[in-house]
Amino acid sequence: MSLSLAEADTTALETEPDEAAGGLWSDAFKRLRRNPAAIVGALLVLLFLAVAIFAPLLAPYDPAAQVGFGDIRPSYVPGPSSQHWLGLDTLGRDELSRIIYGARQSLIVAVVSVSIAGVVGSLLGLLAGAFGGWVDNLVMRVVDIMLAVPGLLFAIGVAAMLGQSLKSVMIAIATVNVPIFARLLRGSMLANRGADYVLAARSLGVRRKDITLGHVVPNSVSPVIVQGTLTLATAVVDAAGLSFLGLGSADPSIPEWGRMLTEMQDALSYAPHLALFPGLGIVLSALGFTLLGEAMREAIDPKFRR
Amino acid sequence: MSDASTTPPAGEAPATGTTSDDVLLEVRDLKVHFPITKGLLIDKVVGHVKAVDGVTLDVVRGTTYGLVGESGCGKSTLGRAILRLEEPTSGSVNFAGTDVAAMHGEELRRARRRMQMIFQDPMSSLDPRQTVESIVSEPMRAHGEPAGKKAQQQRVRELLKLVGLPQSAAGRYPHEFSGGQRQRIGIARAIALNPELIIADEPVSALDVSIQAQVVNLLEELQDRLGLTYIVIAHDLAVIKHISDTIGVMYLGSLVEEASSDELYDQPLHPYTIALMSAVPLPDPVAEESRERILLTGDLPSPANPPSGCRFHTRCPYRQETRCDDEVPALREVQPGRKVACHWAEQILSGEIRPSAESHTVAAT
Amino acid sequence: MTPVTQLSDVTSVPSAGGAPLLEVEDLSVTFTRRGRRDVRAVDGVTFSVRPGETVGLVGESGSGKSVTSLAIMRLLPSRGVQVGGRATFDGMDLLSLPKDSMRDIRGRDMAMVFQDPMSSLNPVLTVGRQITEVLKRHRGMQGDQARDEAVTLLSRVGIPDPARRFREYPHQLSGGMRQRALIAISLACKPRLLIADEPTTALDVTIQAQILELLKELVVDSGTSLIMITHDLGVVAGLCDSVNVMYSGRIVETASRYELFGHPRHPYTAGLLGSVPRLDAERGQPLQPIPGSPTDTLPWAHACAFQPRCANRVDRCASETPLLERDPDRRDPIGGPHWLRCFNPVTGDTPVTPPGAELVAPGGDALDPAAEQVGEGDQ
Repeated sequence: MSLSLAEADTTALETEPDEAAGGLWSDAFKRLRRNPAAIVGALLVLLFLAVAIFAPLLAPYDPAAQVGFGDIRPSYVPGPSSQHWLGLDTLGRDELSRIIYGARQSLIVAVVSVSIAGVVGSLLGLLAGAFGGWVDNLVMRVVDIMLAVPGLLFAIGVAAMLGQSLKSVMIAIATVNVPIFARLLRGSMLANRGADYVLAARSLGVRRKDITLGHVVPNSVSPVIVQGTLTLATAVVDAAGLSFLGLGSADPSIPEWGRMLTEMQDALSYAPHLALFPGLGIVLSALGFTLLGEAMREAIDPKFRR
Repeated sequence: MSDASTTPPAGEAPATGTTSDDVLLEVRDLKVHFPITKGLLIDKVVGHVKAVDGVTLDVVRGTTYGLVGESGCGKSTLGRAILRLEEPTSGSVNFAGTDVAAMHGEELRRARRRMQMIFQDPMSSLDPRQTVESIVSEPMRAHGEPAGKKAQQQRVRELLKLVGLPQSAAGRYPHEFSGGQRQRIGIARAIALNPELIIADEPVSALDVSIQAQVVNLLEELQDRLGLTYIVIAHDLAVIKHISDTIGVMYLGSLVEEASSDELYDQPLHPYTIALMSAVPLPDPVAEESRERILLTGDLPSPANPPSGCRFHTRCPYRQETRCDDEVPALREVQPGRKVACHWAEQILSGEIRPSAESHTVAAT
Repeated sequence: MTPVTQLSDVTSVPSAGGAPLLEVEDLSVTFTRRGRRDVRAVDGVTFSVRPGETVGLVGESGSGKSVTSLAIMRLLPSRGVQVGGRATFDGMDLLSLPKDSMRDIRGRDMAMVFQDPMSSLNPVLTVGRQITEVLKRHRGMQGDQARDEAVTLLSRVGIPDPARRFREYPHQLSGGMRQRALIAISLACKPRLLIADEPTTALDVTIQAQILELLKELVVDSGTSLIMITHDLGVVAGLCDSVNVMYSGRIVETASRYELFGHPRHPYTAGLLGSVPRLDAERGQPLQPIPGSPTDTLPWAHACAFQPRCANRVDRCASETPLLERDPDRRDPIGGPHWLRCFNPVTGDTPVTPPGAELVAPGGDALDPAAEQVGEGDQ
């Protein structure tokens, strides 16, 4: 261009922008760190992850071995002791080791099913949000139908149809959550499609594909990530629920929190602590994901930003 | 057409050709109607919001055309329709010899680099996840000019300097800047490809008072340097008057008056302009007390169901028994370069018609 | 025919009405947040409002004008906010009053009108219900009596067909009508003080003119005192008896409106006047913007906050806090003293000295440390 730019003088004070701050993500992370709920949530999640990953190192016994079979009597199991911190279960297996290995199962089910749901759901949402029109209509009607069936009932149906296995539990939980992710991403994309910066990009002559992938999608994913974290919590609970109903893994030697609850049902009257520990595992891991997810929502959502 | 008995000979001037200057943009009878739909399964069109209803105007190269009007008058929709960000229902937009309203697809996309837009809210019109560098270079990437990343980075530097931002701004994000600085980023993006026409939609109304003048001056400075042609859309008559060469006043989707900036202020002809002008508060107590104020009654009627005849007749202090209610006034040239859409403009100007008393009924207990 | 035009002659109202109705003394508001630096949003603000007087608080975003009014009304959240100073209304210190008494005063003696009428009205209640509620609570009215009074109020604020509007919900009204309804609600108890926080900012110019006219008439008719909070100098010029200009939490200049607009002394005030385009200015006159943005400030504690943007700055502006003092160079014949917080005020009728011009403090300006300070109740 033919301007002599050297002489450009304007009235802006050449002050540096406010404070050195990074992008939106690093800002959100800073806010997250200031939130006590986020810290508690993150600690619970980290504990859960560590226990699940290092289960073989942490567990004092083989979870399938009936190490204390001799101590079991009808209507009696030994309670917590120095040898077995959480006591023995009704078949004489070490409860602590079963809880630790159970974390592993819960984590695998939750992560795999939420990942499947997130990917498939987001793809569907992306299709609907990017193309609109009949594609949108088709996708959203299917989603509506799926959402019309109560979640756990739907999962039970799917799991029962696929037969008793860990895989079917994961597919069932994923299927239940697919419409949630699809709807979320689509809604978020629609909202962003109406934003001024999208109009600005159109006025600049940016191609539609580039607007969708460069502006709309990046600005729409944060609620999906938050939802993913929150869904991990429900997935843990759902997985426990399904295996409680006997739809979990076909191999009874693999400990699962849900099935541990089923197995000790008869012992509830004389050994209530056996219900307490798996229950606590479910509650604490779900609580961790929920706290973290809610804190992330607050950190990312511009409404909470000052 | 209007009744010839009350109009002067000059009254039936053609809508086109007010000047022999180099006209960059010709808008002819542009309409944007939004359908109102109802229905459970199948949407049925039950009416139309006539956001823009037959606007004709010319913008001379290198000048500023100011569009002023209150919210809901269609000024923003008109601006967007000119840029084809809104689909015109009918009419033509002739930009430097080509009809923008008839363009499609890639042709339209390529043409966009010649006409740019500056938005009201500098925060929402900048993608919060992009750095300033990426924002300002976006039009360059979209059109591949200048080609190459190096050249584009260089150009971003030039542009930042041109709009008065420090070079260090390039790596930062919009939320780190103040409102005025953000608007400068938006302006840098708009001028990145040396456009000929820039439509600025309320470019200063979201800014703090002390910042507004900075942005107004920057726009004027850039116009001088780059030979830009502006359409500035605003509700603030003082800003519009300051920045524009020609002003068009809009009411309910149509132009009701068009004149040069000075003439419009010295002698507004349309009753709506007169009222609008008298309503603008002046930062001067002495002037405030000595001026006459015409208060309009009521609110803007719905553009979905506009009044018959002259659309302003429901609020007009000069409304007459005849013509106003049932005859749509044409935008006619009453003096050279001055157009007004009022049946009685001459009589109002001469003082023959006075405003009615009940037009000023505020809180009369 | 009767002319519809009229002069805005409202400011000759009884502003000499003796003792102040509201006296704000050394008001400060500090926002505290864990892990963050405290923010002093309002700092040593002192002003008074006499019965029937209209007082303006003018400033940009961050000037503390709205926070000041919220503090007076005790509408700030109690967590994370520290309020200091005094706000004496009719002999009572509002800031130390028990919550219950304050609730009675709010609505009955003092009322507030906000910028956004939609979010200030309850969307699920009819306009009429919202007015009668106030009438029942504060004026002990019942049934039909309250209803009639509400309709009267609606018609008084210029709402056509008030009996119909009475039954409508806020979303059925236009923006201007909503603001009128809100004013009607705030007037329901015949408050002695009305605080209007940017009441016309969200409205169109012609509607703004209607609302301003309405407020003027109310002041005249009912003798209500009005605090007008705005960023728009034009609104102030037509409405306020005395004007307080705020910058970064402090008052920088106080004078009657004629004095202030005729002889702005603080470079910020003068800068604002020079930077807004005027409808009655000749075309081609360039605007004189204030450089920088309202966030470019120095701390008041040891400097003048406006220093970074000021065209009149001198050395001491960056190292010393200017006090709000009586301007010895100006004797305002009508509106009382002219108060000023500046080491190097603007002189003459020309606004700010252009940048680069000689920046020497004129001899004998308001630097005398013995000069009296505001807050002694002598306004």
